[in-house]
Amino acid sequence: MSAFQYKVEPRRARMDKLMRGLCWGAVCLAILPLLSLLYMVISKGWHRLDLDFFIHLPRPVGIAGGGLANAVVGSIELVGLASLFGMPIGIAAGIYLAEFNSTRFAKSVRFSADVLSGVPSIVTGIFAYQLVVAPLHGFSALAGGFALGLMMIPLIARITEEVVRLVPIGLREAALALGIPRWKTIVPVVVRTAASGIATGLLLAATRAASETAPLLFTAFNNQFWPSSPMQPTASLTVQIFTYAISPYDEWQDMAWTGALVLLLMVLAASLASRLTMSRNRPMQL
Amino acid sequence: MPLVLDPPKNAAGQALPVGPLSSTKKRRATGDQVFHGLVAGSAGTIPLIAVAMLALLGVASMECFRTQGLAFFLKQDWDPVHGSYGMLAFAYGTLASSLIALLIAGPVGVGIALAITEFTHPKVRELAAWLVETLSAIPSVIFGLWGMFVLAPLMRSHIEPLLTRIPGPFFREAGTGLSLLSAGLVVSIMILPTVMAVCREVFNAIPVSMRESAMALGSTRWESVRLAVLAPSMPGIIGALILAMGRALGETMAVTMVIGNRAEISSNLLAPSDSLASAIANQFTEATTSGHLSALAALGFVLFLITMILNMAAQGLVWLVKRRVGA
Repeated sequence: MSAFQYKVEPRRARMDKLMRGLCWGAVCLAILPLLSLLYMVISKGWHRLDLDFFIHLPRPVGIAGGGLANAVVGSIELVGLASLFGMPIGIAAGIYLAEFNSTRFAKSVRFSADVLSGVPSIVTGIFAYQLVVAPLHGFSALAGGFALGLMMIPLIARITEEVVRLVPIGLREAALALGIPRWKTIVPVVVRTAASGIATGLLLAATRAASETAPLLFTAFNNQFWPSSPMQPTASLTVQIFTYAISPYDEWQDMAWTGALVLLLMVLAASLASRLTMSRNRPMQL
Repeated sequence: MPLVLDPPKNAAGQALPVGPLSSTKKRRATGDQVFHGLVAGSAGTIPLIAVAMLALLGVASMECFRTQGLAFFLKQDWDPVHGSYGMLAFAYGTLASSLIALLIAGPVGVGIALAITEFTHPKVRELAAWLVETLSAIPSVIFGLWGMFVLAPLMRSHIEPLLTRIPGPFFREAGTGLSLLSAGLVVSIMILPTVMAVCREVFNAIPVSMRESAMALGSTRWESVRLAVLAPSMPGIIGALILAMGRALGETMAVTMVIGNRAEISSNLLAPSDSLASAIANQFTEATTSGHLSALAALGFVLFLITMILNMAAQGLVWLVKRRVGA
């Protein structure tokens, strides 16, 4: 240490220790329930986790075996439908926000995106119900996908904006200096540079959509059979977990834990994947 | 944030020299116009959705507001059979559980954010940031499952008997474990990432030189954090708490599974309760009359308005700190 070792009064030194200790205590306090959650999901979920889970329909209470294959397929269908309409709009909106960022319109878009991302998902569900379920007179995968897509748009837009903005201005200027029109500098040059970042955002949004339950309760509803058409009520992993969790049967509650394990593994895998792509493809610095 | 590169205004197209041929010039203009129309149109859907949501929910809840009048906000009686709807009991459950959550997640979240940004190595910082992000990605139905089958039994067998020894109105009588307090606890874990993430952002916006100045004056690590970090970021911390409150108010699945779903107003935190969002989740598919549907839509409308106002306030505060420290 330096020659100017400064002696702190014991009272202040104690306070320093105490507050630092409290901060680290807070970290431990937060990790505790998280560990408990992970442990319970794994220990209660793994023994029903087998091939049956992914290839069989749910069986009635009392009959052994069965899986949640329809719910897995249903979740994929719902997220697919949501992506179909949420992703293009979200990406395009994000490009607009990044490239034309100082207009008044851009500010109001950004503001409403922030408002929308704070709206409780159950409210989005009511909106989708009024807009799709009520006119079509029935719960459908379409309505569920619509609700999830609505939630994806602001998220994707803000992430896309962020990564597109990270693309160095020199790249744009170089392209424009070649006499290339603006849109051709944006799409093949700027957006392609930001592609891995955008992909990460899409993955994140899809994962978020797959973990939603509330907006699906009265849009996609639930179904004990394979999804047949987008106009039919469709099962999803999350709604199925909820239904089984609040059921009085032990077998179904076990199944809920297994469903939770599958969902959790999916979410963790997506989070890990996005982490890896992010660190591998740092936006280049000019 | 010096890293974000704002495209300068001259990149907007007009200022730059274009090619010499008038024909290419024309083609360019149309290509750019189509592109601009496409992305601006997509961007336009976002405010459109927000406005449509507000309008449609408003229209859907009209019937309820017309038949129930102001009483909708003031009475606790919720009786679909007799067509009488009052949101007070649900509002109480939502508010109480969110406040409990905030009381826990607030100090803990700020503490963690401090531990991560101030008292640790940058490598650990990145890992911690990723952990927090992952925590926020855990589906709420899984938190609900954990709350129902792990937390609630634990509360019933171990924690509630202890709490009932505390005199006062809050812990009068032990219950099943499905209670306002359990709901608050689960939600506190769920909003922790929001508090942490926003606080981290705010703390990081404060220049290192401010911490160094405090240290140079002879302060301890904690004193420098208190004077140079906590004090100037107060509005930002409040913003983080408001944002987290918005999340807590709208949390549906985990609360539905843990709160006990009985619409009663009781100061006893160990008693079951119900929330605005859980009422919607539980009753919407069962609602058969237009009055019932409209009343549930009205709950959603109220929830929408509250979270919207909270979000706007929070963003304003966070923006204020960032501007003040000149980051």
